[in-house]
Amino acid sequence: MKHWTAFAAAGFIAAAAYLPANAADISGAGATFPYPIYAKWADTYKKETGIGLNYQSIGSGGGIKQIQNKTVTFGATDAPLKGADLEKWGLAQFPAVMGGIVPVVNLEGIKPGELTLDGPTLAKIFLGEIKTWNDAAIQKLNPSAKLPNQAIAIVHRSDGSGTTFNFVYYLSEISPDFKSKVGVNTSVQWPAGIGAKGNEGVANNVAITRGAIGYVEYAYALQNKLTHTKMINKAGKTVEPTMEAFQAAAANADWKSQPGYGVILANQPGDMSWPMTAATWILVYKTPVDAAATASALKFFDWAYRNGGKMAEELHYVPMPASVVKDIESYWQNEVKDANGKPVFAAM
Amino acid sequence: MADIAYEGGALSATETVDRAKVLRRLRLGDSAFRHITRVAAISVLIILSGIILSLVYGAWPAMQTFGISFLFDESWNPVTERFGAIAPIYGTVLTSLIAMLIAVPIGLFIALFLTELCPMWLRRPIGVAIELLAGIPSIIYGIWGLFVFAPFLQQHVQPFLIDLFGPIPILNNLFAGPPYGIGILTAGLILAIMVLPFITSISRDVFEAVPPVLKEAAYGLGCTTWEVARYVVLPYTRVGVIGGVMLGLGRALGETMAVTFVIGNAHRISGSILAPGTTISATIANEFTEAVGDIYTSSLIMLGLILFCITFIVLAFARLMLMRLNARVGA
Repeated sequence: MKHWTAFAAAGFIAAAAYLPANAADISGAGATFPYPIYAKWADTYKKETGIGLNYQSIGSGGGIKQIQNKTVTFGATDAPLKGADLEKWGLAQFPAVMGGIVPVVNLEGIKPGELTLDGPTLAKIFLGEIKTWNDAAIQKLNPSAKLPNQAIAIVHRSDGSGTTFNFVYYLSEISPDFKSKVGVNTSVQWPAGIGAKGNEGVANNVAITRGAIGYVEYAYALQNKLTHTKMINKAGKTVEPTMEAFQAAAANADWKSQPGYGVILANQPGDMSWPMTAATWILVYKTPVDAAATASALKFFDWAYRNGGKMAEELHYVPMPASVVKDIESYWQNEVKDANGKPVFAAM
Repeated sequence: MADIAYEGGALSATETVDRAKVLRRLRLGDSAFRHITRVAAISVLIILSGIILSLVYGAWPAMQTFGISFLFDESWNPVTERFGAIAPIYGTVLTSLIAMLIAVPIGLFIALFLTELCPMWLRRPIGVAIELLAGIPSIIYGIWGLFVFAPFLQQHVQPFLIDLFGPIPILNNLFAGPPYGIGILTAGLILAIMVLPFITSISRDVFEAVPPVLKEAAYGLGCTTWEVARYVVLPYTRVGVIGGVMLGLGRALGETMAVTFVIGNAHRISGSILAPGTTISATIANEFTEAVGDIYTSSLIMLGLILFCITFIVLAFARLMLMRLNARVGA
């Protein structure tokens, strides 16, 4: 009996000692797409500094709602907020990391990278206008491939997601028809196909459904050993989805052209550019109520820019280029200030 | 405490006082008990009306924007913010209907076999198996449905169904391809497996409550086992059986996770039951976290309110059916 009391007391003291440390943790919520890399960064950061990150990957829409309700220090979103919305809520926005979206297929006899598609064909497939794999449009792009007379089973996301946003943004850029029939949003009304929840849901459905085509983050295509396709980019060149191709798209982007770096990396120019590259953004208040918490969050992302590149690449994300990081750091200094007008965080 | 009141032989003045005191205390205890149970019962009403009120409050913007047309509109378009509920309502009702068509007869047959025909040594294993089936979390049914059941259906069952009904009019529309593996039919089948244990175990319990003398008498008159089941057991237990069926139907209507995995989550009404569709609860589960904008969120809450109404209508209908059955039998 005595032992138990002692144990309980020890446990209570340990918990009490632990809790204050926990209170200094950075809190954030939002996009699911960057969750793996945020988790990895957070783990390493905690080991180095003792400050943890409590990130709820509830989706971009949820992240925006939570930062608007001020329940978290930062929100994360895959679809950038427009300048007017940033203005309205008094939010600052900056990109954290990038990734690639790849079409994946399940076709007998077709190995990864053996099938080539272009934007207009992809748009027609997802509009349900191209119905079989041996359609002339697909055959024309792949003269040597033996394509089966099989119905195309389209798999899309059933939940709202930044992946969908970037994917339909690209298709709408390419195809006016797609833009008018479907449009751009984190979730859209798909004219055809089946919906699956999350990247893993789409990956699983494509893996088990013969004749399927879907779109997932590059990392999910690799992990699930799915058959990705090549794409013909804006420059008319056929590209494989690789780290270099994603980086090429990012390098060609004009980050300063949009408020809060809200540049969507779809269909970027350049011979090497992968057409479906996507960034993910962080939202913080320009004049936060708790300046110390926001400073702590910015410090974490600054650390991640400087030390997290290798970790990002291991997980098939693309780190932000150094020139953009430099710009973001001065953006913080100019935009994110405490009640007295002093910058909450200055990068060293 | 109570025995004090009955203790003591002769009635003295003090004892009478004691007795009155004790009785008062007993009355107090009883009224406290009455109040506690009443508060517990009323709390259900408060919670229920609270849920209804908050659903109506949340759904209000959608009601104002779309009005009654929300119920009949097939579009679900977050881009143009035009929403309608008919596709999820259709999916919800149809999957539950398929589930009940399969699960009710099978469940009743299992229960009849267990109570009337099954050898003693086999009763327990089958009974335990059914209860275990009820204990499996719905997410497991969903994952199993997606990874095992759906590919099996896609490669073996659905092509067969499409070929079989191909030449028959009407039915060939009902079973039109392409075979996705997942869709309305798959969701209905998974739901059938999920509600089977409810129907079976409740039916078995009520069948066991049939007085043996009734059955013996029927057998004595020369009835077959089928006749005993049909004319003695089922009429005697109809209230319990219908209760079990309604419990199963309630679960089928509201089931979320397993359905989300296998229904295909497409906001479309298709004549074919092999085609993907969606249900109310699956739509809410899929889209609520990422719903941006007031109308979108409000439309999802409106869907919740509609599901609430459907469940209410089903329950009311079950009550009505029971009342009419009872009136006809004159019991």
